[in-house]
Amino acid sequence: MDKQTRNAMAARVARDIPEGAYVNLGIGLPTLVANYLATDKDIFLHSENGVLGRWSAAPAGEEDWDMINAGKEPILLAPGAAFFHHADSFGMMRGGHLDICVLGAFQVSSRGDLANWHTGAPDAIPAVGGAMDLAIGAKRIFVMMEHLDKQGRSKLLETCSYPLTGLGCVSRVYTDLATLELTAEGVKVLELVGDTGAEYLQSVTAVPLDFSALGLAEPAPALPERPLSRSAAAAVNG
Amino acid sequence: MIDKLLPSAADALADIPDGATVAVGGFGGAGMPEDLIEALIAQGARELTLVSNNAGQGDTGLAALLKAGRVRRILCSYPRMTGSHVFEELYRAGRIELEIIPQGNLAERLRAAGCGIGAFFTPTAYGTPLAEGKETRVIDGRGYVLEYPIHVDYALINAEAGDRWGNLIYRKTARNFSPVMAMAARHTIASVGRVCELGELDPEQVVTPGIFVKRIVRRTPVGSATADQQQVG
Repeated sequence: MDKQTRNAMAARVARDIPEGAYVNLGIGLPTLVANYLATDKDIFLHSENGVLGRWSAAPAGEEDWDMINAGKEPILLAPGAAFFHHADSFGMMRGGHLDICVLGAFQVSSRGDLANWHTGAPDAIPAVGGAMDLAIGAKRIFVMMEHLDKQGRSKLLETCSYPLTGLGCVSRVYTDLATLELTAEGVKVLELVGDTGAEYLQSVTAVPLDFSALGLAEPAPALPERPLSRSAAAAVNG
Repeated sequence: MIDKLLPSAADALADIPDGATVAVGGFGGAGMPEDLIEALIAQGARELTLVSNNAGQGDTGLAALLKAGRVRRILCSYPRMTGSHVFEELYRAGRIELEIIPQGNLAERLRAAGCGIGAFFTPTAYGTPLAEGKETRVIDGRGYVLEYPIHVDYALINAEAGDRWGNLIYRKTARNFSPVMAMAARHTIASVGRVCELGELDPEQVVTPGIFVKRIVRRTPVGSATADQQQVG
């Protein structure tokens, strides 16, 4: 059975990020997406420690430890960047200004609940960082993760067993086996990776899958508008 | 004449009492005022409540402050990271209290304290274990959690440059929490890489206006403050 490598997953997610998008790439697996964003498209990266723009990993010998990303790795900025403090940075999230957040996950429920900060182990030292802010902090939350955990269990579940990071926040899931959209009508499979079969995918996934949208994935969804305020929306709607 | 520049970090930190709430800027090592932390250790204040994004790495900086047993309680978003063994040992031994706070709430609660906001509703952490026991409300169909400001007695921050009125600019991502900590604190002490003449900082570029800053000191390499003290006595 074909499985996408981590880099192939990153390349797949990158294809769905349209020009003009303001995007936060979470620490770990999602960071790889930056390597696959088209260089001829203006896509804006946001890092919660206070920088917006485009950048690449700083080459050895050129590290500036005042110039880091959220993973605390040194970066090299391209022209056009902006710096800002932490409250403004998180205002960009909770204020609905970011278009897409790409996050890793331990578990995702079919309703879009996200668990990615804690495994619930009683002796674990809790550490949340920006995870809960990111989970509610963009118009669309993409999760990229391995389809199965290290024990071979489905990471897509009816209900997350780990402590939640956010409620009903995930809209799309990219795994090493498939691309899935979480909708009010259920979990729709948009794509299967390589020779992964529908029957196999369902057999390793703990929630019912809807294959009616298979092959309908639009490669680059149009950017959603920032939601209007209630009163403005009412005015528009007459 | 108002001159907020003090001769040394020791002078700037001299009045921090036991039991104070101290916010320390920085995200990882970027913007961490290492010289002020060193001076705080030498100053000796105990039973501190520490507000900082992380809980120190290795055995220097915040980790050294923790190791010296000066911190009773820490408010932070991400204490567990590579090299955070000092914090982990204290935490497992029950010798330090931890309040874990989502990073954006940490920033916004500091900002709220600085702006006189009594409390605010935020969507962050709604429906998660970190909202347990907190007041919640559904507004326009979205769930929110009530969060309160974090008032700070002393903020220790790092800035690229400052003048004698306390106007500050920062360097790259070393800015992070420093501006909101400066607003939240009754006394903000900034370690600056460069002391400027009045007017040298372009008013259009000032990030933290001097109203939020009580004292500034010239940044000294870590290790020098301790050496001075040893010479004195």
